[in-house]
Amino acid sequence: MTTSTEPTTLPELTTDDLSRYSRHLILPEVGMEGQRRLKAARVLCVGTGGLGSPLALYLAAAGIGTLGLVDFDVVDASNLQRQIIHSTKDIGRKKLDSAEEKLKALNPALNVVKHDTMLSSANALDILKDYDIVADGTDNFPTRYLVNDACVLLGKPNVYGSIFRFEGQASVFATEAGPCYRCLYPEPPPPGLVPSCAEGGVLGILPGLVGVIQATEAIKLILGKGQTLVGRLLLVDALNMRFRELKLRKNPECPVCGPNPTVTKLIDYQQFCGIVPETKEEKNVKNGIPQLSVKELKQRMDAGQDVQLIDVREPYEYQIAQIGGKLIPQNEVPNRLAEIDRNREVVVHCRSGARSQRIAEYLKQAGYPEVVNLAGGILAWSDEIDPKVQKY
Amino acid sequence: MIIYIPTPLRPYADGRDEFEVDAATITEALAGLTQAHPDLRKHLFTAEGGVRAFVNLYLNDADVRYLPEKLASKVSSTDTLSIIPSIAGGCSPGLAVQAGAASPHDIEANEHGYQNEK
Repeated sequence: MTTSTEPTTLPELTTDDLSRYSRHLILPEVGMEGQRRLKAARVLCVGTGGLGSPLALYLAAAGIGTLGLVDFDVVDASNLQRQIIHSTKDIGRKKLDSAEEKLKALNPALNVVKHDTMLSSANALDILKDYDIVADGTDNFPTRYLVNDACVLLGKPNVYGSIFRFEGQASVFATEAGPCYRCLYPEPPPPGLVPSCAEGGVLGILPGLVGVIQATEAIKLILGKGQTLVGRLLLVDALNMRFRELKLRKNPECPVCGPNPTVTKLIDYQQFCGIVPETKEEKNVKNGIPQLSVKELKQRMDAGQDVQLIDVREPYEYQIAQIGGKLIPQNEVPNRLAEIDRNREVVVHCRSGARSQRIAEYLKQAGYPEVVNLAGGILAWSDEIDPKVQKY
Repeated sequence: MIIYIPTPLRPYADGRDEFEVDAATITEALAGLTQAHPDLRKHLFTAEGGVRAFVNLYLNDADVRYLPEKLASKVSSTDTLSIIPSIAGGCSPGLAVQAGAASPHDIEANEHGYQNEK
């Protein structure tokens, strides 16, 4: 596909453009017409994080005319290991403002449109409709399905990239000829099964690799040149530096892009992904596990209570920060139950409270009568009790 | 044949990224894998023994769902079987939705697998 049909309607290149894009102009696959297509193109980057950073920078450098950015987050120190569009001085700033500044510095002719919001079923169609191509750099399943469905409903190509630890995936979904994200993944995994990058970690370079692949695909779609990843899933294994590809098929029974769709408008994607909003009661008890706040734990410790605190993080995390728990990494818990006294209350903690919740549920099932989870983990402890405990 | 184990499932396979197995069919290969690494079983299969809907299996570069014999497809020692997980990372934590912990209930909620597909 190409995004602008008639060369006569394409914007002219200025003298500045001719010198800036000279290395493109001498490529037969780009040339004057291709560069004008890039100038006319409107691309939406959903997220200005790990994937969005290289994606937006390269698209800006390549001469894309309009770049939309969707984000509502602010820059955090832990972003800088991979989100190269943001700098140290930007910590605490809105990502949109930080990204716009870098993109405009790189290419002042670029038109940046900032969407300071969380993409939702209520606003997605309205935001996406003004763009030719959508590049999905989000980090959670509900938004993945939302972007996919909105792209299918609007007929916009969805340049997909996803990363976890050392592993990446890229493809182009939702073109007329090819499959969509739901053809590949009809159903999301249950919540918590696949850890987020915040929980599981990610090699900082990996979003660079995958985001640049997304940028390449977006540019090829605009130029109408080369073979795009439509109908193919590219797998990147950065640890072994292996690239593999799989054939994707359009699912004839796909509920959104199949011939008899059952999803004809945007749905509740949180619910679809099994994420239930927390009620007040659930804040205190989650899946049968009472949630202990860091303040309560501190009070108990200060009162001299001998708390059985189990830290289920990994040894390398323990080296970064700890709050006096006994270290039993989560995968070792089943074999080290003898070290946890079942006649006393067990308080389980981790970095954010997610892993420890699972282990607390496990211990409960294993017959421990009194198990509680430390809500918020090390992060909450650092925020609310002792900032000297290093956040990571 | 070689079975590629994706990153999210490696903790249940002693950290291994691939597994070599002698098998005549995909079903046999998966049985070999889960025999060696029983913790993988609940992540790949439903209680009824079907492959979970969110688990994609590829024999070489082809989706097993679309092979004429599906899981009963014959395999040879030079074939590869890839388990392709859903991963969502893009690493902009501000967009993250705090997912609840996986409980056995959550997993049971996804009891649709290959067995249901004809």
